[in-house]
Amino acid sequence: MGMTIAEKIIARAAGVEQVRAGDIHTVTLDRMMSNDGTTHLTVDMYNNKLKHPHVADAGKMVFIVDHNVPSDSPKTAAAQKKMRDFAREHQIDFWEGKGVCHQIMMEHYVCPGELIFGADSHTCTYGALGAFGTGVGCTDLLYGMVTGTSWVLVPETVKFNLTGRLQKGVYPRDLMLTIIGKIGANGVNYQVMEFCGDGVKTLSVNDRMVLCNLSVEAGAKTAIFEADEIALEYLKSRGREPKAVFSSDPDAAYAKEYTFDLAEIRPVVAKPDFVDAVVPAEEVCGIRIDEAFLGSCNNGRIDELRVGAAIVKGKKIPGHVRFLVVPASQEVYLQAMEEGLIETFMESGAIVMNPNCSVCWGSCQGVIGEGEVLISTGTRNFKGRAGHPSSKVYLGSAATVAASAVRGEICMADCLATS
Amino acid sequence: MAMGKIFKFHNDLDTDQIIASQYLLLPNIDEMKVHTFESLDPEFPKKVQPGDYVVGGENFGCGSSREQAPSVLKALGVKAVVAKSFARIFYRNAINIGLPVIVCKDLPDAVESGDEMELFLSEGVAKTGGRTYSCTKLPEYMQQILSQGGLIASLNKEG
Repeated sequence: MGMTIAEKIIARAAGVEQVRAGDIHTVTLDRMMSNDGTTHLTVDMYNNKLKHPHVADAGKMVFIVDHNVPSDSPKTAAAQKKMRDFAREHQIDFWEGKGVCHQIMMEHYVCPGELIFGADSHTCTYGALGAFGTGVGCTDLLYGMVTGTSWVLVPETVKFNLTGRLQKGVYPRDLMLTIIGKIGANGVNYQVMEFCGDGVKTLSVNDRMVLCNLSVEAGAKTAIFEADEIALEYLKSRGREPKAVFSSDPDAAYAKEYTFDLAEIRPVVAKPDFVDAVVPAEEVCGIRIDEAFLGSCNNGRIDELRVGAAIVKGKKIPGHVRFLVVPASQEVYLQAMEEGLIETFMESGAIVMNPNCSVCWGSCQGVIGEGEVLISTGTRNFKGRAGHPSSKVYLGSAATVAASAVRGEICMADCLATS
Repeated sequence: MAMGKIFKFHNDLDTDQIIASQYLLLPNIDEMKVHTFESLDPEFPKKVQPGDYVVGGENFGCGSSREQAPSVLKALGVKAVVAKSFARIFYRNAINIGLPVIVCKDLPDAVESGDEMELFLSEGVAKTGGRTYSCTKLPEYMQQILSQGGLIASLNKEG
């Protein structure tokens, strides 16, 4: 019986020839990432709970402060100081204020074939480069840090065959929200989403990150693309080499298969309070908004900033809307400045912020108040996710968010252009 | 195990509802636990007693990987979470910290908040309302982590 890409990565990390869905294996982790959402607790456990505190291989560890950066209170500052001090003491790579953790990982670390644990649910983003990245809690992270290993229950793989090409004005985010809307918030629970087919050749690494990143919103353990020439070119341009390049065997076992024709995808919006409450964008047009957010590990890269800037160029954001623009990393920010995008956003009235998780996680900047409405390129729209429990979050593409910011109500970019 | 009271929640209950983002960077779980389920039932931390149970529907604990979610439940004395299905990160985190997570397809629809329940972990059954429900047993590997009190306890045991 053949294996899928995900199974091959686990087999390599476990040092065995063959793994099958349902097996439990001990694996050697290639890399571990932890951010300021939980690291202070990990450090506390390291200091207070372990009989033999020890870092197996500091070279595999990356600590990134991105959730509340710069710190917003003495308690946050204390939590981050604990993380910073630990990283220094143990010579762990430490990033602060340089970008959202997954963007930093993709820009500087992730390689095809690696098995990576991250103490953040969107670690599944790394499948865009053919790596197996999965989200864990701080106890798992601590165990991995101390032993260099962990346990993995081999997940089933579900095949997503993509055909055709997205139409102009439709984005990978529309595609992924459409998929989640179809399969549901637990549609691939504990499974791997493998994207394949001719359609993937039309998707850049950035586009693939958008798809993989949101896979956890359908319950996936991770999502993965084969590291093809597009991925290897991205890697090469950043001076990195793959760990291993795997493709799925023709006789590999899949739990299920879906086919999506990219040409049929249309702009969609996920309504509050569930990511799978996906409807055609037309259905929610006209809903008044208080805030719009363009950023996050899902949708804050240069491609999305270009889309947003092109829509707001020469227009003014109405007085009742706060439009937050948050580049996913400083690299993205600098590129956007070079291209004049930041100037365009500021001239429109947008608030351009430093790279961080911002309102996407509801405890940084831009938190919304009682009954307020946000349209967002963030990852989630759970009840109260962006602030007050009675506030509402709609998820849309960068184009829909930018057009909505200009109109002051949910609006598709096409409607804005023709009005 | 003794009888405990049930606190029942909806399908796709996400970890933001268990403990909101704004409390995650508080210094420790004890400071966080008073905010458990704040968006849905602000009185929950006062009402819940050690030995009580949380019951969910499908996909319990979806969303964020915040281990603070199972940790605040455990810190408040919740004995176990019983649901039709769990999101994987919450499930794994709960086992790793030593909080039993039990899959039971029939029980959640048959109970209401306030009902009394008794759980027999090793037998894999729950009793409530005069009925006995069979639950899915954990794979042995996970059962072992749980019985040792979580992953860190088992690590310390390994030496």
